[in-house]
Amino acid sequence: MKRHLISAADLSRDDALLILDTADELARISDRSIKKLPTLRGRTVVNLFFEDSTRTRISFEAAAKRLSADVINFSAKGSSVSKGESLKDTALTLEAMGADAVVIRHGASGAPYRLAGWVRGSVVNAGDGTHEHPTQALLDAFTMRRRLGSLEGRRVTVVGDVLHSRVARSNVLLLATLGAEVTLVAPPTLLPVSVDSWPCEVSYDLDAVLPKSDVVMMLRVQRERMNAAFFPTEREYSRRYGLDRDRVAKLHDEAIVMHPGPMNRGMEIAAEVADSARSTIVEQVANGVTTRMAVLYLLLGGADLGGEDK
Amino acid sequence: MSPVSPVSPGSIVIKGARILGGEPADILIEDGVIAGIGRDLAGDETVEAAGLIALPGLVDLHTHLREPGREDAETVETGTRAAALGGYTAVHAMANTSPVADTAGVVEQVWRLGQEAGHCDVQPVGAVTEGLAGERLAELGAMADSAARVRVFSDDGKCVSDAVLMRRALEYVKAFDGVVAQHAQEPRLTAGAQMNEGAVSGRLGLTGWPAVAEEAIIARDCLLAAHVGSRLHVCHLSTAGSVEIVRWAKSKGWNVTAEVTPHHLLLTDDLVEDSPVGAYNPIYKVNPPLRTREDVEALRAALADGTIDVVATDHAPHPVEDKETEWAAAAMGMIGLETALSVVQEAMVETGLLDWAGVAERMSYAPARIGRLAGHGRPIEVGSPANITLYDPSAREEVDPGSYASKSRNTPYEGRTLPGRVVATFLRGRATVLDGKLA
Repeated sequence: MKRHLISAADLSRDDALLILDTADELARISDRSIKKLPTLRGRTVVNLFFEDSTRTRISFEAAAKRLSADVINFSAKGSSVSKGESLKDTALTLEAMGADAVVIRHGASGAPYRLAGWVRGSVVNAGDGTHEHPTQALLDAFTMRRRLGSLEGRRVTVVGDVLHSRVARSNVLLLATLGAEVTLVAPPTLLPVSVDSWPCEVSYDLDAVLPKSDVVMMLRVQRERMNAAFFPTEREYSRRYGLDRDRVAKLHDEAIVMHPGPMNRGMEIAAEVADSARSTIVEQVANGVTTRMAVLYLLLGGADLGGEDK
Repeated sequence: MSPVSPVSPGSIVIKGARILGGEPADILIEDGVIAGIGRDLAGDETVEAAGLIALPGLVDLHTHLREPGREDAETVETGTRAAALGGYTAVHAMANTSPVADTAGVVEQVWRLGQEAGHCDVQPVGAVTEGLAGERLAELGAMADSAARVRVFSDDGKCVSDAVLMRRALEYVKAFDGVVAQHAQEPRLTAGAQMNEGAVSGRLGLTGWPAVAEEAIIARDCLLAAHVGSRLHVCHLSTAGSVEIVRWAKSKGWNVTAEVTPHHLLLTDDLVEDSPVGAYNPIYKVNPPLRTREDVEALRAALADGTIDVVATDHAPHPVEDKETEWAAAAMGMIGLETALSVVQEAMVETGLLDWAGVAERMSYAPARIGRLAGHGRPIEVGSPANITLYDPSAREEVDPGSYASKSRNTPYEGRTLPGRVVATFLRGRATVLDGKLA
């Protein structure tokens, strides 16, 4: 595996399967009454969050703590960053503190690559602008595998604002690596002009794609897109691209419904769909911790899993 | 008009230079003027030039010297040193300074700073609109009548996007033989734009700067220039579509000229994704953005066939802290004065698209003609002002930004080996550069 995890493209098929298999093993341990493992004792993981994202931050924090790492949470708000400190100076500060891994969430696409040039530790991308969110893709793949088994040949439909979605980019890359067949569904305004060069299919017609889908992944529609002429009204978006009960009825019995959260209930997904048995939304959150444990464990080369503290 | 910096007294003979790559000859300079070309000429001083190519002193239509206002990035002194070292004898200083060069006072200040520096002539460009705000015309006539004799007007960095204002500007400058140099960028299509819109921007999740935002403005401006019978200059043309539009406008006989930067002749947008200096390195962030290989090929062909008239550097210095950032926070622009000729050699001469006479046309004669710059862009012949660049095309040097005279280091060529080396530059007979160093 590479030293950093910034793009899902950093992962070979073997890397991705190793992470998922490790996460499986860690999930079994998580079922024990004492969840904590000593494997990353003495290692320091910094959560460097330039954007508010409580759910992702606590997921990484829980993952690092269950591996016994020391965790430093650095959020941009109220810190030196809000006083104008540059990313580089923040990086040099973390470097001086001896971070073994830096988990970064940043509003600017590519910020983790810049960070990786300034620190010695491993950089884990926890979402950068509209670029990627590779651990989200890993936890999604983990969730799919638990429900459906191998992803080889499975049909995954990703619906919504692909243009601005880091979740979509990482999922397309990782799912292609794992042999799944991805179809993106969105209004043409919310697809990159070059989407035909991506390793996936593209459709504007959700109803046509649903019957052959094993997985339907709904993307969040950001509020700020709603007033920027990407689509006429929320109502029209919801009517054409929202997942409601009638649409879910077109899915085959085993098909699952996913959403990376946070959801706009009633907009891209109906409440009854989000809460249905097909929905994996709550599982995705739980799986996030074990998947991120696997990533940190493998990047930081911890001691044997389940081994006693020596 | 006030005299420009003094000519050198006495005589110099340049021995054995190949004028525009031709047969070796001696060039005799007396009192700042070329007094003889032939064999076995003698003068008070001798400059050995065996193996070197003699070009007319280069003229840049598009330079950012940053003074007044951003002296941390560049000054007239440091920028003109860089220009001389790059083989330039005249540069047009863009108007987006602070304060903006939108009054006779500011353009005269810049002009005077250039005279004092003395490394090359500095011809100020005047802003088209007050404060580059795109709302009201600046006092174009006052700038034209000032000591700086402004003939090129540009809001460069910003587009004169209002069609009525652009029409008026094109019409108004006819009174003093001016030209509007347009930064063609439709602002609404490029809100928040970060790089060329295409496969790379889609993968990287960076907001796209679509080719159509440039092409739509160029098409509109060509039509406006034709309608009012004025001349238009298109700054830093960057797409294959823009080439087609300019070619069409020229075929109509309209008075349209265009420039291309060295970096758009060599570099492509995939460097943002994958380069020796890492992904998302803002050293490649520039406006207009680096485009695709197909665009580069079209630009080269257009420069070769004359559709594009000029190579202009768009030398845009920025301090380190404005580039050592995340991509979206970084400033746009690259320095280019000290590498322009080398890049043109690599992209145009070594590919067989241009000979040295063609280089002289596009980097000296044409820019001086478009800028109405008397005393520059004249052929190396008896009677011309002795503005001469001696160039060694056989040199090969790795780019070392630390060695540059520019105050800034934001070159996209660091670590690359580029061909050629400027050995000497003469401004009206006075050596501003000798042996590759400031004289």
